[in-house]
Formats: sequence, structure tokens, C-alpha cells
Amino acid sequence: MAAPQADIALIERIRARLESEFPSSEMIIEDDSARHAGHREAAGRFHLKVRLLSSRFTGLDRVARHRLVYAALGEELAGPIHALNITALAPGEST
Amino acid sequence: MSVEERIQEAVAQPVALFMKGTPDFPQCGFSAQSVQVLRAVGAEFAHVNILEDPEMRQAMKEYSNWPTFPQLYVHGELLGGSDILLEMYRSGELAEKLGATAE
Repeated sequence: MAAPQADIALIERIRARLESEFPSSEMIIEDDSARHAGHREAAGRFHLKVRLLSSRFTGLDRVARHRLVYAALGEELAGPIHALNITALAPGEST
Repeated sequence: MSVEERIQEAVAQPVALFMKGTPDFPQCGFSAQSVQVLRAVGAEFAHVNILEDPEMRQAMKEYSNWPTFPQLYVHGELLGGSDILLEMYRSGELAEKLGATAE
């Protein structure tokens, strides 16, 4: 069975939310749903990866950074997003 | 015991993983990965299978202000979810904090 893919409208909505919460950040949003096909709880929902570089993360620990991202995407997390991988970097950091 | 009391009891343990499934039979790739990195550093941890306890599952999202599982608690503090544990494993911080040789 072909894995479902997140539609472009969802990805653009997430991008718009993140851009408004994290202005002038750099971000990459990837659809990783295909790797998680067949996962019972994930049926019909999507797995996304977000990599975000923002000055809002400066001085915050990892938990606080992830909470900011979760807060920005609360509605989508309660709906079409099953799982969200987050990499949250402040300027000058790398992984 | 109320769900609040169950949470207090669980997070009072030195290291507690709130996960989907059990360490030997994880029901989600992220929970499985978190068990793997904890075992890789030789950490001892208790676990709570939130799939068996829907009330706890919902209450932990609110208690932690964190919408997803797994969640790792260390001495009552949320250390993070699977992305954070993997980052800390790769950087060596997890071994430093929770490894078999950690204080």
C-alpha cells in the first residue's frame, strides 16, 4: 500500500505558523510519513520533521525550545500531525 | 489512586520513561529509540506504558506541557522527548547524566 504523503497545503500552513512565531528564522520542513507507513496509530496522519534556526532559542534549554515549537503548532498536533521531529537551533549552533 | 497521585509516584523515581509499550515490546519507533539510547549508556530506568492508561496519557500531556510521548523524567524534571534524548546521546550528555558511571 502506498504511504500517504502530507499535502502541500498542510506543509504551507505549518510553514506560515512557524514563520509568524519565529520571524526571520531559517527552516526546513520535511515529510517523513513514508518511513512510518503501517504504524497503527499513525493511520491517516503525518510524520513531519522540522529543523528551525531562530534567535528566539538563544539562552533556552532544549525542553523550552521544543515547547515553543509545540505551542506554535498546537492545532496541527491535535489533528493531522501524528509525529513531529524537532531540531531547534540558536544562531551559532550546529548539529 | 487518582491520576495525579499516580503521576507524582511515577515522576518521583530517579529516572522514569513514559512510553508507548514496554522497553522489551515498544509500540512506537520513538519509544523504541529512547529505550535504545538509555540502554546504550547503561541507564537504569522505570517505565510507564501510557497505552495501558488513557487517563495517565492525557494527564501527562498537561502535567508536562508536552504533547507527545515518550517523555523522560529525571528526578521529577522533564528531560525531554525522543529528539532530545537522541541529541543528548550523540553529544555524550546522556551518558554523562544517566550513564552507568554517572554519579
